[in-house]
Amino acid sequence: MRDRTVIEMRALRKDFTVRVKAGRLRREKRTVAAVDGIDLRIERGELVGYIGPNGAGKSTTLKMLTGVLTPSAGDVSVCGLRPVPQRTRLALRLGVVFGQRSQLWWDLPLRESFGLLQHIYRVPAAEHAARLRRCVALLDLDGFLDTPVRQLSLGQRMRGELTAALLHGPEVLFLDEPTIGLDVVSKQAVRSFLAELGATGDVTLVLTTHDLADIERLCGRLVVIDHGRVVHDGTIEALHARYGSRRRLVADLDAPLPPGFELDGATLVSLEADGHRASFDLLSDVAGPVVGRLSALASVRDLSLVEPDIEDVVARLYAS
Amino acid sequence: MAELRAYAMLLGGQWRSVTSYRASFAVEMITNIGGTALDVLAVLVIFQATTNVAGFSLPEGVLIVSLSSCAFALADFAVGNIDRLKTYVRTGTMDAVLVRPLSAFGQLILMDLPLRKALRLPFGMAVLAVALRINHVEWTPARVVLLVVTPLAGAVFFASIFVLSASLAFWWVDSGEVGSAFTYGGRDFTAYPTPVYSGWFRVVFAYGLGFGFVAYQPALALLGRADPLGMPAWAGFASPLVALLAAGLAAAVWRTGIRHYRSTGS
Repeated sequence: MRDRTVIEMRALRKDFTVRVKAGRLRREKRTVAAVDGIDLRIERGELVGYIGPNGAGKSTTLKMLTGVLTPSAGDVSVCGLRPVPQRTRLALRLGVVFGQRSQLWWDLPLRESFGLLQHIYRVPAAEHAARLRRCVALLDLDGFLDTPVRQLSLGQRMRGELTAALLHGPEVLFLDEPTIGLDVVSKQAVRSFLAELGATGDVTLVLTTHDLADIERLCGRLVVIDHGRVVHDGTIEALHARYGSRRRLVADLDAPLPPGFELDGATLVSLEADGHRASFDLLSDVAGPVVGRLSALASVRDLSLVEPDIEDVVARLYAS
Repeated sequence: MAELRAYAMLLGGQWRSVTSYRASFAVEMITNIGGTALDVLAVLVIFQATTNVAGFSLPEGVLIVSLSSCAFALADFAVGNIDRLKTYVRTGTMDAVLVRPLSAFGQLILMDLPLRKALRLPFGMAVLAVALRINHVEWTPARVVLLVVTPLAGAVFFASIFVLSASLAFWWVDSGEVGSAFTYGGRDFTAYPTPVYSGWFRVVFAYGLGFGFVAYQPALALLGRADPLGMPAWAGFASPLVALLAAGLAAAVWRTGIRHYRSTGS
C-alpha cells in the first residue's frame, strides 16, 4: 500500500532563548519551549484545523513545517523532504498563506504579481493560465486584477494571497489565520473556496485560526495545542464527547417554573424573563423523552435545541 | 536556467515597482549622485587647506577617493540594501522570502536592488578617469590588470561588510545602525590615505579589518610609490585575496544566521 503520509512530526521541539529583566541592569537568560514535543501525522487530502490560544506554538509549528525555522530537536518531514535543508525544493510543492505577511508585490497589480510567481515557481504557461482562470472565477477577482496591491481592501488582498499560494498547484496548503480581519462576506468567500478546494481530495490543508467557525465549516480533524503540546487530536464531535459538551434545550413557558423544579435527564442551567424562559443541559444524546417530560410538567409555548458551541469547549480546554 | 529566469523576473518586478512612482524615482536617482559627489568634494576641501596630506598630493588623494568610490558604489548598488534585512526580520517579510523556492540571499538582493543608486558608479568612474589623467602612471600590463581588479575586489570586500553587518539582524532583531559603523565608516576610512590615521585605530581598520587594501595599497602600486607605513610593494596586489577572505567569512556568517533566524510572532 502506498504511504499516504504527507506531514510527519516526531518529538518536534522549538526552544527560544529570551532575556528577562532580573534587576536594574542584569538580564537573565531563560529558555522557553514554544513547541514542546509534538507528534503528529497528517495524510494526503486531510483538512486539519490547528488551533490554540495566542502563543501556543501554532505559527512556530507552521514555520518549522515550511523550513522558515530550524527545529531545536525532533524530526519533521513534509512531502518526504526535510524542510530546512531542502527548503527550496519543498517550497515548490507547498502553498503558504500567512494572514499577516504578504506574498504579493505591494506596488504591482495582482496580475503582475501572479506573472512573477509563475516564473519563480517555474509553472508551465498553460497550467498557470488554467489555475488562474479557476481562481479568478471562484474568488471573483475580475474586478481588481489590474489594481496595484497597495490599493486593495484586506478582503480583496486575501483572495489575491490565496490565488498566489495556489498557482503552482501545491500538494500542501498551509494557512496561518486566513480569515483574520476579514468582513463576514469575505470570510464566507474564503471559506467556501477552501471547502471546495478540500473537497477535491488532492490538496492537504492545514490551517491555524482563532475563528472557530473556520474549523466547524472546513475541518474534519481538529488539533488543539496549548503550551506547545497537543491536547486534543480528533474530530470536533470527539472533542465535544471528551469534554462533555451538552446540547442545550431552551423552553419558552406560559407560566414560570415552580421553585425547586427538576427535570429527569437534564439539568436546569438558567432561568430568564422572570422564569418564562428556562435552559437545560441534556445529559444524554436523546432529546425526545426529556421534551415529553417537560411538556407534561409545564405549559411549553416554544422549544429549541442548541448545538454545543465549540468556542465554549475550547475556552474550557484552554482554561484547564 | 529556469532559476536564472526567475531571478531576472524578480528584478523586472522591482523595476516596475519603483517606476510606478516615476517622478520620485527620477529625483532620487539624481540626488543619489550627490552622496558620491560629496565624498570627492570633502577630499578637495581638505586639499584646499594644505597642499599635501600625510605626504600625499591632491592628485594622489583624488586617485584614492575615486578607487574607493567606485568600489563602494558598485557594492552599495549590488548588495547595499541587504541592510534592510533588519526591517524584513522585524516585519516578517523574511518569512515570505523563505517560503519561496529561491535562495533567500538572491531574493533579498533583487527584490530591493536600489536602482536609484545606479548613477553613482558612472560618476565614480568619471572621477577615476580624471584621477588617472592628473597622476603620472607608468603603465605596465600588471598595472592595467590592477586598475580593473581593484574596484571589483573593493566591491566584493564592501559587499562582504554589508552582508556581515546585515547578518547581525538574525541574532539581534534590533540591530539598528551598528552595522553602518563598518559599512559607511569603512567607506570614509578608505577615501583617504591610510597614514592620515594613527595609532590602534589605523592598525585595526587598515590591517585588522582590511580596509587599507581597498584603495590605499592599490593606489600606491599604481603610482609606484613606496608605502610610508612600510608595507611591501606586493601589498597593492593583495586586495583580491583580502576580498575573498572577507567574502568567505560573510557567506559562513550568513548561512549560520539563516539557521538562527527566529522569525517574529504569529
